[in-house]
Amino acid sequence: MTNKAASSGSSNKISTFVLAVTYITLILSIIAIVAGVTAFYEGFIEVTAYLLAIGFIALALSGYYVFQSRKHVATLKIETPKILTTIECIKCGIKSTREFQRGDYVYKELDKCSKCEDTQVITAIYREPTLKEKEKNPTA
Amino acid sequence: MMNMLVQPSILNNQLGLGSGDPILTIISLLSYLFIFVFIFYGQRIQMYVMIREVESSLFKLKLLKEEGRKTAIETINEIGKPTADPSSKVDRYLEYFTIAPQNMDPSGIVHKLDHILDVRDERLKEEVKLMAPASDEVQVYNLENTLEAAMALNFIYKVVRHYYLQGKKTLSLYTIMQLQMILPLVMKEAEAYSSALKAFAYGQPIGDGVGPLIAARLMHGHEVRKVPKDCVVATVPFENRTALVTKAEGPGGNVGKPGDAVKALIEENRGKISAVIMIDAGLKLEGEALGEIAEGIGAAIGGPGVDQYKIEEAIMEDKIPLYAVIVKEDIGDAVSMMRKEISNAAEKAIERVKDVVKERTKEGDQIIIVGVGNTIGVGQ
Ligand SMILES: [Zn+2]
Repeated sequence: MTNKAASSGSSNKISTFVLAVTYITLILSIIAIVAGVTAFYEGFIEVTAYLLAIGFIALALSGYYVFQSRKHVATLKIETPKILTTIECIKCGIKSTREFQRGDYVYKELDKCSKCEDTQVITAIYREPTLKEKEKNPTA
Repeated sequence: MMNMLVQPSILNNQLGLGSGDPILTIISLLSYLFIFVFIFYGQRIQMYVMIREVESSLFKLKLLKEEGRKTAIETINEIGKPTADPSSKVDRYLEYFTIAPQNMDPSGIVHKLDHILDVRDERLKEEVKLMAPASDEVQVYNLENTLEAAMALNFIYKVVRHYYLQGKKTLSLYTIMQLQMILPLVMKEAEAYSSALKAFAYGQPIGDGVGPLIAARLMHGHEVRKVPKDCVVATVPFENRTALVTKAEGPGGNVGKPGDAVKALIEENRGKISAVIMIDAGLKLEGEALGEIAEGIGAAIGGPGVDQYKIEEAIMEDKIPLYAVIVKEDIGDAVSMMRKEISNAAEKAIERVKDVVKERTKEGDQIIIVGVGNTIGVGQ
């Protein structure tokens, strides 16, 4: 979660608590793994097995949780898509594209065409698909 | 004798308690504890996980809602040049509600609903004019749409919060579970409204505007006149037939009343109309391609059903056939800024309309083509 998010709402208290528990588990799991390795060199094979098992399970759980909360942060970022305006001269068919400006609308008449004396017209306003949408629907 | 003495230690060993190593004993005791904790509190733990999930979605909804409100206020300040801070007025607007007419005796309910929606529309537009005195007609329409999207986000947030708090208070797994199950759909809708809000604030065409866009393509360059209510019509030669092409009046955010427009056009040309073709954005199913064209029979129009009713009524007297051509898109695409694929699908849809007209009508016939949808960002 972002800093702005952490400053408001009651739901964040629980989230910081859970986060603290997660990090403590993470540290403990690493200690367990280190202890397991030491036990291995001291010859306690069985203890090594237990400590490593506990260490890896705890590591997996806390790692999963950290990964999950990262994913939430990622989805909170809203992509700002690019909006494009297509300008066309109906008479000579010259097309150009520029970024959308406030006040643009389809079939709005703009200034004169550079070649002929006809007025140019906006013929389309659309947004390019975002990267996520391209991944989801590559054929479209 | 021997056996009996040995047995307890075997049992201890199998339970993991008697190996002599204190660490191992603690570990095995802990694992038993875990098993019992999960047996007795498993459901509760599951519930807390669900509550957490709902909580994070609720948090996101709150962000979307607040962002919507902020965008609306910023747009009003930018366009409307209000003399006082519009925040309190916006907050009041967001809580605005509409009560649907009583349907115990459903006869005549369409007109009652129509009237209530008219009053609501007028009331909200006046409110916008008061909030943003410097805005012109088009901007009032766009601001009203922006505020409606903010209103929808506010409502979704409040309903989800209601069930979340109720579930938490009663610790009812089933309340929380139901909420958690529908949340992905609710979130999708909220995200759609959130991007719609930005499109409305800037006056950009949305996916639902594909119907008016197609109508605009057909009527561009021909003389356009107004028809009731908030619609425009142009008489266009079309495949050796005469087409009366109609759409909501753009480029302000507006769906018009195609029902009234079609009724007026049929009455003007009593007995001469040989087909009504409606073009609209249709909801696609998962797996269907975006911008796919499909055709069918019937009144292709969403909303509260008033316009669908009126169109069906209007065609009944002369038994005019009613055809529909739809451009497929999902709810997210329909209310967010128009995607390139949808804009490109307009040409394909026109070809399909031509096919329908050639197959279903004779040369010299008069037909009505209706582009249904919100015409924001699409002129004529
Ligand atoms: Zn030119």
